[in-house]
Amino acid sequence: MSEDFNDNKTIQAQSSETISGGSGASPDMDYVRPAEVGDQDLYHGHSFITKWIFCQDAKVIGVQYFLLATFTGIIGLILSWLMRLQLGFPGAAGFMTAEHYYQFVTMHGMIMVVYFLTALFLGGFGNYLIPLMVGARDMVFPYLNMVSFWMFFIAVGVLLASFFVPGGPTGAGWTLYPPQTILEGTPGSGMGILLMCLSLILFVAGFTMGGLNYLITVLQARTRGMTLMRMPLTVWGIFTATVLAMLAFPALLVGALMMSLDKVLGTSFFMPTILKAGEVLEYGGGSPILFQHLFWFFGHPEVYIVALPAFGIISDLISVHSRKNIFGYRMMVWAIVGIGGLSFFVWAHHMYVSGMNPWFGFFFATTTLIIAVPTAMKVYNWILTLWRGNIRMNTVMLWCLGFIVTFVNGGITGIFLGNVTVDVPLSDTYFVIAHFHMVMGIAPLMVIMGAVYHWFPLVAGRFLDEKLGKWHFWTTFLGAYSIYFPMHYLGFIGVPRRYFEMYDSPYVTSATGMNEFISLAAFLVGAAQFILIFNIIKTLKTGKPAGSNPWKACSLEWLTPTVPPEHGNWGDRLPVVHRWAYDYSVPGAKEDFITQTTPPSEVADTGVEKT
Amino acid sequence: MHPGIIFFLVILGSVLFHIFTPWYWTDVASNWGGMDDTITLTFWVGGGVFVAVCLFMVYCVFKFSYKEDRKAEYKPEDKKLEKILTWATTLGVIALLAPGLVIWNQYITVPKNALQIDVMAWQWGWQYRLPGKDGKLGTTQITNINENNPFGINLDDPYGKDDVMVQTDVLNLENNKPVKILLRSVDVLHNWYVPQFRAKMDAVPGIVTYYWFEPNKTGEYEVLCAEYCGVGHYAMRGRVIVQDNQDYENWMQEQETFSDLVAKQKALEVEKTKLAKK
Repeated sequence: MSEDFNDNKTIQAQSSETISGGSGASPDMDYVRPAEVGDQDLYHGHSFITKWIFCQDAKVIGVQYFLLATFTGIIGLILSWLMRLQLGFPGAAGFMTAEHYYQFVTMHGMIMVVYFLTALFLGGFGNYLIPLMVGARDMVFPYLNMVSFWMFFIAVGVLLASFFVPGGPTGAGWTLYPPQTILEGTPGSGMGILLMCLSLILFVAGFTMGGLNYLITVLQARTRGMTLMRMPLTVWGIFTATVLAMLAFPALLVGALMMSLDKVLGTSFFMPTILKAGEVLEYGGGSPILFQHLFWFFGHPEVYIVALPAFGIISDLISVHSRKNIFGYRMMVWAIVGIGGLSFFVWAHHMYVSGMNPWFGFFFATTTLIIAVPTAMKVYNWILTLWRGNIRMNTVMLWCLGFIVTFVNGGITGIFLGNVTVDVPLSDTYFVIAHFHMVMGIAPLMVIMGAVYHWFPLVAGRFLDEKLGKWHFWTTFLGAYSIYFPMHYLGFIGVPRRYFEMYDSPYVTSATGMNEFISLAAFLVGAAQFILIFNIIKTLKTGKPAGSNPWKACSLEWLTPTVPPEHGNWGDRLPVVHRWAYDYSVPGAKEDFITQTTPPSEVADTGVEKT
Repeated sequence: MHPGIIFFLVILGSVLFHIFTPWYWTDVASNWGGMDDTITLTFWVGGGVFVAVCLFMVYCVFKFSYKEDRKAEYKPEDKKLEKILTWATTLGVIALLAPGLVIWNQYITVPKNALQIDVMAWQWGWQYRLPGKDGKLGTTQITNINENNPFGINLDDPYGKDDVMVQTDVLNLENNKPVKILLRSVDVLHNWYVPQFRAKMDAVPGIVTYYWFEPNKTGEYEVLCAEYCGVGHYAMRGRVIVQDNQDYENWMQEQETFSDLVAKQKALEVEKTKLAKK
């Protein structure tokens, strides 16, 4: 096979270049194995529709994913404002009934976790960055990739349509626990929940198309010399998260499917004998806890589907802006893979007080605390990357530092909740809300924002405004921290989550003032996000042109012949990779970075340790 | 202002908030003080790590801020340091996990002398059933539930006859006597939770779940539903009154047993038929 391809003209040109390349030193040291497959043939759009709407360019699809995910995220944000309005100032929004409140809670949760974070990290950053970072021309299945986005589009459409059906969207909580989800007494238990299930099914189907692309592109379409252990951690994070998603989403899919059947056909997968308003319903024999197992078998890996890309991206941002290699690269890779593997053995720590066999508590508490070890190693390696670096205190770095603070904070509270005994008093209280918003809401948001400020010059060719960026950062970071840090203490008092109103319970009246403060902070933080939108619009018009590789980064995405990169990314020739993505501040090198494409012969007299 | 100062103030503020917070847990009123101790231990270890990591970060930010002429260190790996950190973290994790598991073992091991209480939940309320003189609860079935049999007790179960029925959302408990809460639900998920007792567990339709505790402070406590159960979730409250032995016995005397209820219903029916005959 490979011999046939070696006859291919393009490839011959590439290998001869490598052999003759270099600047005097032994050409052998620059040798890179020839490519095993021929160059990818791409479909180039030629009309507005094929270029910008039904587009097969992963970069455009990435931006489409990003924009649509952000749009749903803004809806989620507005819903959170309405919830906080009710919690801080009960009755201030006259139309707000308990039904509305629970519908907003549910839609906020589902939108933020699945349709915002997952779609944004994997669909948005994954599509844009994977081909560029591994040196491919595009995703391996561009057409499927396009369909993936449009399935996501339909899924969002179905989800939002549920706001307009009789009964409104489901108000079952984002966990959708049966039996209440499909019974009267829960808002949206008719059309609302069916549309939610349908939307999730469409999302999973669409995501599978995209996910196959991310996996196979990483496994098969890396350019010459890009070994797995030379890939940027961003790619490792997105790749591992996609593996998790491919294994975890099916559990959600069957859960949604079985619940729809319980609702529509009257099956009893999750429905035991139930007495409602004096009548025994026609269900019997099913297990509500079975659904919880299916949901969390998806739900816990889902946490890492969001977290692992964030881990990867933040590692790259910290490294570039500290002008220092990421500390302990190999450990970082194995930590990502290890966390990914372990994440399938911890799901029932969401169910310590669910009524499952209590003996499971021992197992899941142990696995959960084991996962803390590789996670802690990642944190150490981030701060050790800062150590003796040369840290640029720009907006990107601020988001990174904000991420470290919020992630460590949320990680520590995770150790509280993972340790089964501590979970008993704290589960189902505001401590849980504070924990997962800190670790899975704010920390990934910090990464998204850092990534936006970092890669915007690549996507649009212009720098985002630093001054606006700093305002954006400080209001978001300080605001969000003052929302969620004190909120933990509401949980200690014992305030349960998902309460529309507290009345005058003795231990919550003392929290009224805090609730008002948290609500005000939430309004402010939400509003601050519009600074970014303003910044983007302003920058597109008048921003400072960035030019090529403005951050002086080593990784491939900055080394395209044109900025922003064109369809096909690399012009005539694919890049050839000679080293990892982190050769910053190598002793003896002329500049403080050596790009991945620099052949060893050019930097023969430097102290490069790792290639 | 250097951004490091603000980050430092955030860390300092967090520690001060924790020390001076007026919002903290209620006084524990059961035997589960050990849960509080585990939380305190986790605060010391976890909080210590949080402060140490963040302060190190702040230090780096101050010390290694960008300078044109500085060159960052080039050191891809440090096997020894990574090994030390891995083992230190592992030890810390074991120190947190071990006491947690010991207390969890106590939590799921119910003492033999615990009084069994049937806590029955529905949308949206609670009622309670206590064993009578025989010390045992009768078996139940949801499909038996009707006006004359509010708990769905199996009529042919002799243990059920003297069961004490508390058909309000207020439950009285005897101080310093362990109780085993047997939870069941007739419709959806619920959770019988008293913050001061620390313990909780979901009530799941179709199965009976349990947990136990020993109240050790007399007084009145609010029961909250802690598992989302539909639109009335937030209003699903109840009360527990923990009493000394004498008060508790007095309260117990006033309660109706299942056979009392059956007898009363029968008398009513006889009355009705008499009236009809007239």
